[in-house]
Amino acid sequence: MSSQVAAMPRKTRGPWAVAFAKLATDRAAMASLAVFLIIVLACFSAPLYAKWASTDPFASTLDAVIQIDGADVPVMEQSTEGLGLGYTPIGPTWRLGNYFLGADSQGRDVMARLLYGGLNSLLIAGAATIFTLIVGTLAGLIAGYFGGITDTVLSRLLDVLWAFPIYLLAISLSIVTIAQGIAIGPIEIQSGSLWLPIIIIGIVYIPYVARPIRGQVLALRYSEFVLAAINLGVPGWRILLRDILPNITTTLIVFVPLMMALNMLTESALSFLSIGVQPPAASWGTIIQDGQALLYTRPLVALVPGLAIAVSVMALNVFGDGLRDALDPRSKVRLGRD
Amino acid sequence: MKKLLLAASAAALLAGSWLAPAHAEYLKEHRGGTIRLLARSAAGTLDPHINYTDQGWQMYQPIYDGLVAFRKAEGVEGFSVVPDLAEALPTVSNDGKTFTFKLRKGIKFSNGQDLGVKDVVASFQRIFKVSGPTSGTFYAGIVGADKCLADTKSCTLEGGVVADEAAGTITLNLTKPDAEILYKLALPHAVILPADTPAEDMGSKPIPSTGPYMISAFDPNKGMTVSRNPNFKQWSEEAQPDGYPDVVQYDFGLSEEAAVTAIQNGEADWMFDALPSDRLGELGSKSMDQLHISPLSAWWYAPLNTRMAPFDNEKARQAVAYAVDRNTLVKLFGGKVLASPVCQVLPPDFPGHEDYCPFTKNPGAKWSAPDVDKAKQLVEESGTKGQKVTIIVEDTAISRSIGVYLQSVLTNIGYVADVKPISSNLQFTYIQNTNNKVQMSVTQWYKDYPAASDFLNILFSCASYREGSDASINISGFCDKDIDAQMQKALDLGVTDQKAADKLWAAIDKQVTDKAPAVGLFTPKRLDFVSKRIGNFKFNPQFNWIITQSWVQ
Repeated sequence: MSSQVAAMPRKTRGPWAVAFAKLATDRAAMASLAVFLIIVLACFSAPLYAKWASTDPFASTLDAVIQIDGADVPVMEQSTEGLGLGYTPIGPTWRLGNYFLGADSQGRDVMARLLYGGLNSLLIAGAATIFTLIVGTLAGLIAGYFGGITDTVLSRLLDVLWAFPIYLLAISLSIVTIAQGIAIGPIEIQSGSLWLPIIIIGIVYIPYVARPIRGQVLALRYSEFVLAAINLGVPGWRILLRDILPNITTTLIVFVPLMMALNMLTESALSFLSIGVQPPAASWGTIIQDGQALLYTRPLVALVPGLAIAVSVMALNVFGDGLRDALDPRSKVRLGRD
Repeated sequence: MKKLLLAASAAALLAGSWLAPAHAEYLKEHRGGTIRLLARSAAGTLDPHINYTDQGWQMYQPIYDGLVAFRKAEGVEGFSVVPDLAEALPTVSNDGKTFTFKLRKGIKFSNGQDLGVKDVVASFQRIFKVSGPTSGTFYAGIVGADKCLADTKSCTLEGGVVADEAAGTITLNLTKPDAEILYKLALPHAVILPADTPAEDMGSKPIPSTGPYMISAFDPNKGMTVSRNPNFKQWSEEAQPDGYPDVVQYDFGLSEEAAVTAIQNGEADWMFDALPSDRLGELGSKSMDQLHISPLSAWWYAPLNTRMAPFDNEKARQAVAYAVDRNTLVKLFGGKVLASPVCQVLPPDFPGHEDYCPFTKNPGAKWSAPDVDKAKQLVEESGTKGQKVTIIVEDTAISRSIGVYLQSVLTNIGYVADVKPISSNLQFTYIQNTNNKVQMSVTQWYKDYPAASDFLNILFSCASYREGSDASINISGFCDKDIDAQMQKALDLGVTDQKAADKLWAAIDKQVTDKAPAVGLFTPKRLDFVSKRIGNFKFNPQFNWIITQSWVQ
């Protein structure tokens, strides 16, 4: 029996199947993926939640009154002791659909804003990641493959971008564009549009993708199969698309979760500084900013979005590490300056 | 005018003599100790001819002196002008265009130099030489000011400020009568400094002073130490009384939350910045005795750009004024104890103020409720429905909250609105510059001195509008030739009959309010939180808490 099995032709698995099988056995990575997917699903359900809770998370509702256990409770409670100074938003009711996490200083449902905020944070981080990967990959491919003056010009441009501290550059670009938007020829992005933070975050991280990609393309450019294709007269664009791009795909895939995590942090920081997502729209950064003035009385308003950012970023990083180990254990791709 | 000034001097003398014994008695008992103040940051330059901040002006009160000063008193009395370095209020001649002051003798600066008429002349020249922020407005009526404004370096104010060394007099000549000149001379921008003070912004270098205190140390990142002026001898209790504490230590850098905790723990005595909104309830109930609520002559308002769509249409502007729920805004500011709803420009209890509110459910004297139906109807009639409006606000919790609320109001009445918070350091100049095409904003105006013109003429006269300038304080770009002419008439009338002028200012206030170049939001009150050991808290309506008239022991 054993000799018969040994004699059967063995079916070998492809590299992708091997990688995914390996990833599937990485419990930390899979758990992180599950956590992140739950967060994504919850955030994408924001409009449904707001409709179900009959709440408008973008309008001031300072005079709203809600019912808790049959009793009318104002969303903004005025101090009744002493001088009667100040209003405090209602705290968590722990009732889904009825100010579960309480209200912010505008009387808005924090839970609904948290979901909408997450939606915006994910959309911005996701779109900025796609933007960075497309532009960074193009720059890396062109610079690495064509070399010479093309490489010199592109590499120096990337060096200039690389030379600025990321947050300083992002903040500067945001401040310049925040009030008036951007108008370059026929392209016009109005202030307040989510495209502004997407493009700004996308731009500042281009060197982080382009430089390692350029290095890989430079190595592939002089590999035997590429030299053979060149000698056979295969056009350059075809070599890039058919021979080189497939060989850097794993690197690009590994970049996705890691860039997402970085972009989420950057978006939150910009929004916290009022130069990302603009009110009354929400992002986790803007909700933390709103909650800053309530830290003493309603700390959850700032803590919950902070926790959401921390969990999402950690999940993406752990998943990204697992993905890298599964796809290319020898890869040296790390996000950072060294 | 002359009779009026003599009567004021007599009243001042009476009030001074009545106050004197109590102050002298308390001074012996409570003199000494250190008052510890906190602020998030320094108030900018130390130069009193340049600094134009509430924080700076408050601190200058026990340090510097002008020829005249606002009385260091509480209530309406604090708005009256009394002689300070001058022996008496000036004699007025030449149809209200010439003011003659006699300088007190025996006063020394904190560096030991004697005060003389040459210091007065040099100080007036210096206002222009350092391009003081109000040199082109408050002091532009002095003879020779036009030349000084054109060429600051070689400013002499020839014929404008004339000293008589032998007689010890200074004569101030104006190009035309100015009913408000004494108020302007009582401001820190007109204090008297040593004649040899460099004609440049002194920044962090303290300038010798004549008051009971002097700045002995200053680091804009750490703090300021104000100690007793060894050369000070009290000459007028109502203008410049001796102070109780030996030292005032002003530390910078602590956040508002941390400052509240420091005061609660007795580690500090007072904070300049507004109390954090989430501590109000707790402080209002547990620390009532340490809180002082005082009225302010101030206005929170939303300027509407009368030169840009949609607010170039009067009905569109009135629609916003009808729709805004002032009670909601008062709530955002901390409640009725800390603010009152308003519709008009002039604050309550201010010269020229007569209750008026056309933009409310039941138009009349006071605001009662928003009239959203009327607002929607006006938006329809104006044909501006659906237009885009951007509201520029400061990046502070309260300003952002107001912006978000106004955005929802505009959306409700038919506009497509969004709100942009801009750094507090930039927002005020940003909204003034017409190049930035700001349609609507949220800002505040605090009086410089108690005169209706300081609100109406400064904020809504044609002359206050400057295309493309960061200093175009008429943010609405409002210019009505008829109202402008009436404002000029009121200014002229004030020279001879202030009551009649105030009546005219009241009428102008109503006309400006009707045109709605800005939406009045509320009048704020000042909430001071002091430590338990602070005694004798006195709030002056002009410069707020009189710091050195409180004691700590």
